[in-house]
Amino acid sequence: MTTMAPPVPISRRRTGIGAWLRTGRGAAYALGLPILLIIFWAVGSSISPAQFFPSPLVIAEAFVDTWIGPAFVDDVLPSLGRLAVAIILSVVIGIAAGTVIGLVRWLRELLEPMLEFFRAIPPPVLIPVVTLLLGITDTMKLTVIVAGAIWPVLLNTIEGVRSTDSIMTETSRSFALTRAQRLRYLVLPAASPRIMTGVRQAMSIALIMMVISEMFNTSSGLGYRIVYFQRNYLIAEMWSGIVLLGLIGVLLAVIFTLVERRVLRWYHGIKEVERG
Amino acid sequence: MRDASPRGIPHSRSPALVLRYRPRHRTDGTELLMATAEAPMVLASRAPRTRRTTRKALLGATGILGFLVTWQLIPTLGIVDPRFLPYATDTLARLVAEALDLEFWRNIGRTMTAWTIGLAIASLAALVLGTIIGLIPFLRRATHSTVEFLRPIPSVALIPLAILLFGFQLPAALVIIVYATFWQVFVQVLYGVADIDTVARDTARSYGLTGRAQVFSLVLPTALPYVMTGLRLGAAVALILAITAELTIGVPGIGREIVFAQGASDFTLVYALVIVTGLIGLVVNMGFRLIERRALSWHQSVRGEETS
Repeated sequence: MTTMAPPVPISRRRTGIGAWLRTGRGAAYALGLPILLIIFWAVGSSISPAQFFPSPLVIAEAFVDTWIGPAFVDDVLPSLGRLAVAIILSVVIGIAAGTVIGLVRWLRELLEPMLEFFRAIPPPVLIPVVTLLLGITDTMKLTVIVAGAIWPVLLNTIEGVRSTDSIMTETSRSFALTRAQRLRYLVLPAASPRIMTGVRQAMSIALIMMVISEMFNTSSGLGYRIVYFQRNYLIAEMWSGIVLLGLIGVLLAVIFTLVERRVLRWYHGIKEVERG
Repeated sequence: MRDASPRGIPHSRSPALVLRYRPRHRTDGTELLMATAEAPMVLASRAPRTRRTTRKALLGATGILGFLVTWQLIPTLGIVDPRFLPYATDTLARLVAEALDLEFWRNIGRTMTAWTIGLAIASLAALVLGTIIGLIPFLRRATHSTVEFLRPIPSVALIPLAILLFGFQLPAALVIIVYATFWQVFVQVLYGVADIDTVARDTARSYGLTGRAQVFSLVLPTALPYVMTGLRLGAAVALILAITAELTIGVPGIGREIVFAQGASDFTLVYALVIVTGLIGLVVNMGFRLIERRALSWHQSVRGEETS
């Protein structure tokens, strides 16, 4: 009586050493190149000191001196505050308007050519125009950021809402879902992957617009600071500003990834299943 | 070969894999910088469809007209001072007058030169580096963290550096154009190269295709939809930064003209030039969408649209 022996399960459990090795290798991959690049830069700048490329140590020192202290409260926080408010405004207005436009066909067809045109305008040219209309105020800076960042959210929402699966729409009608329910349980979730794509683009545009809006005719803010350092040949300080902007960019990207994972958990789940 | 599977997804053992073999165009995000405005996909016979297109064109024209009328009315009714928001008619008249001026076209030429050179350098670098890094798993893993750190840095942060290095001339603009555009294309190339089907790759290997042949008949067709998406996005970004450089650095071109016009309090010209930048953007977007459709006419994502 020979029975087929059940296949021996291959143990996938990570043993202590294996797990450590794995983490170690992951860390080596993640940190290897950045460390190498910084070393190259440091060695390069000490062998042949280039005027505009100070060594990383000097930049790090300037970073601490410049940004940790009152400048953080005076220049960085207001900028970040405006950025946050503007991003929230763009997302809220973009999704609200986009949902309406996406659901009402005649409205969509009416507005389509104008939207195509407005989105094609490079956002920074709006700064002179908005400055004309509103003067140099916080409202102007907010308006400029929103005017640049709203388009990806708006257009992606329209497209996402428009492409809701028609069978699902009909199903929800047959089940007599109210308009609000349909919006809450069908339209917005169906559009959410596209909306999140729009939000990600909006965030990077908003950051760019924040910096540029502060480069014109102002006397405070991150953008102003960096230009000020450059005009006064404070090279290391200027680099520290570039680094700070980079960190803010990375921070935004991280926040976005976390939010996206939360909002689109169901969607990534479906994708996994389809791939598997 | 386990490592070769894209995005670390384990090999599929289902027979569906064989059916799946064709270059797929991912639709989850990355390529959707801007929603495209293609005709709604409807299964309709020809006659209603033409009626629908006329309706659409009519409504669209009404929308443009409505916008212009609103614009005209705002200063007329005194909601905004006409000095700061000139009449639509005046602005359009100014636009026509500018279009008859050779200097205006020279400035467009300057802007577009910076755009072309920047886009070309960035795309070429992104294609070469993206293909190499995408095809070699070790490089892909080693560069991942660096790419994720460098990519979100807003290129406007580099404006001061660009000014210090190159002054107020074209190369300064190129620095920020190339930086911003490079990442757009590069990331798409990486996605595209990672999307190569493992079965197709193994097939190519066992048929003894040389490296060159593999690049041209396997890597390129798979990655092309992604590359085209990257180029379309990159073209839009390059234009934005070309004009940003002119606005902030003062590199000659349309953007600098806007700053000059504002400085001279010639606000009608400011509005006219803003419209011009929008029109340039529109032409660039539409042009690249057309190129994309042409280059991918064989691809499912385009053919599917035509047959429906």
